[in-house]
Amino acid sequence: MNLSTALMRLLVFPGLLFAVPASWFFLWVERKAVAGMQQRVGPPFMQPFVDFIKLLGKGVPARKGIGGFLMTTWPLLALASSAGAVGMLPVISSFHGFAGDLILLLGLLELPSMCLIAAGFSSKSIFAEIGSAREATMNVSYNVVFLLAIVSIAASQHTFSLEALAQTPTTPLYWLGVLAILVCLPAKLHINPFSLPNAEQEIYSGPLTEYAGSELAMWELAHGLEWVASAGLVAMLVAPHFGPWWLDVALFVAISFGVVLLLSVLAAATARLAIDNTVRFYWRVTLVFAVLAISSAPFLRIRL
Amino acid sequence: MCYCRRHSPWLFHMNSGSCNGCDIELIASLTPRYDAEQLGARLEASPRHADILCITGPVTRNSVEAIKTVYGQVYGPKAVVAIGSCPASTNVFIDSRVLEGPLNRHIPVDVFVPGCPPRPDAILQGIAKAAEIMAERSANAHASKLDNEPVTVEVQS
Repeated sequence: MNLSTALMRLLVFPGLLFAVPASWFFLWVERKAVAGMQQRVGPPFMQPFVDFIKLLGKGVPARKGIGGFLMTTWPLLALASSAGAVGMLPVISSFHGFAGDLILLLGLLELPSMCLIAAGFSSKSIFAEIGSAREATMNVSYNVVFLLAIVSIAASQHTFSLEALAQTPTTPLYWLGVLAILVCLPAKLHINPFSLPNAEQEIYSGPLTEYAGSELAMWELAHGLEWVASAGLVAMLVAPHFGPWWLDVALFVAISFGVVLLLSVLAAATARLAIDNTVRFYWRVTLVFAVLAISSAPFLRIRL
Repeated sequence: MCYCRRHSPWLFHMNSGSCNGCDIELIASLTPRYDAEQLGARLEASPRHADILCITGPVTRNSVEAIKTVYGQVYGPKAVVAIGSCPASTNVFIDSRVLEGPLNRHIPVDVFVPGCPPRPDAILQGIAKAAEIMAERSANAHASKLDNEPVTVEVQS
């Protein structure tokens, strides 16, 4: 991959030019699906975009000192890393030059939630701090499963390279890993039943309680991009590559849409769990499968 | 921008000693039967995120400071909707010694929604009207190079 294709990937597809409208679309799909499940009409199609523009036009608090600087920096960092994660997804294959691997993608996917934790603590609001503490607790429970799933996928396919993973044929273990990733996604995206960090009616808006105006808009956009990146990760692992590039792209978008729809329906159908139940769920229930997957990965390797 | 402000009113609900009747009606306007999300309205948990402050209740003495604080925490452009007869006139509690109402003695109110309690459709109409007022006011302020209303914003830390 030369510089122009890299830039093309970061800026056009699946990078910013595709990802930003896609993130608004996915946010709309989420809200519309919840509304549909509750037999409501739901928000108009342009709603997330309208919200974003409106937030840009609102006032922003004048914050002083290093704490204020940090509070403005966290949303930008979260936005940059989630945009980078989307840009790295190998939808259109190219087998030469720099191709990011799974570890870099995981790091970029993890950074927004780290920023959220840090933002909550630097805003010095008690509700934000509780939200951040919950996010941190959740992080150490779902990430164990998430990382084990990723490692088992990589071990069963002998590679960490994203392009190679997207190309290889699937095995039963691979599907187990994808399932484990799907189980972790609601916690990663803070939707029901794991909407603990931003639990409304409990702790105001969690880590974002003190944010307003354009900074809040950046958080919303970063959250939308996280949706695109997470759904895109699953789509990349699942989608078979066989046709011309436009077929790959269409398949990628369709599977991402399916994942978003699935997660939204799950969010609408469930109520919020308590934090101890969430931790117990990840450590007791799903960890067993993840350990099973990773311990059977070497055997699969022998057979391969 | 004007269009966006009109079509994305985020609400913050505040109770200033209400009997809960209007609060229930406000929640009813968000439920499937009335579905305020069609207007783009969203009940926000933090006043920092909100555009429209929905206040119910006859403004008790204890709640005056809280109302002023929360009003300051909403960033401009913003609007205030007084829901029910209580914030407009203190209703049946008039002349009570624990009240500091009506609401417009303390903060500027843009829309009064009368009723005891008002119907959810009336509340929705009030919210839409307030969003319109807010959008027009900020557009006019921008055009005449004037600042928005003097915003006294409390910043934590």
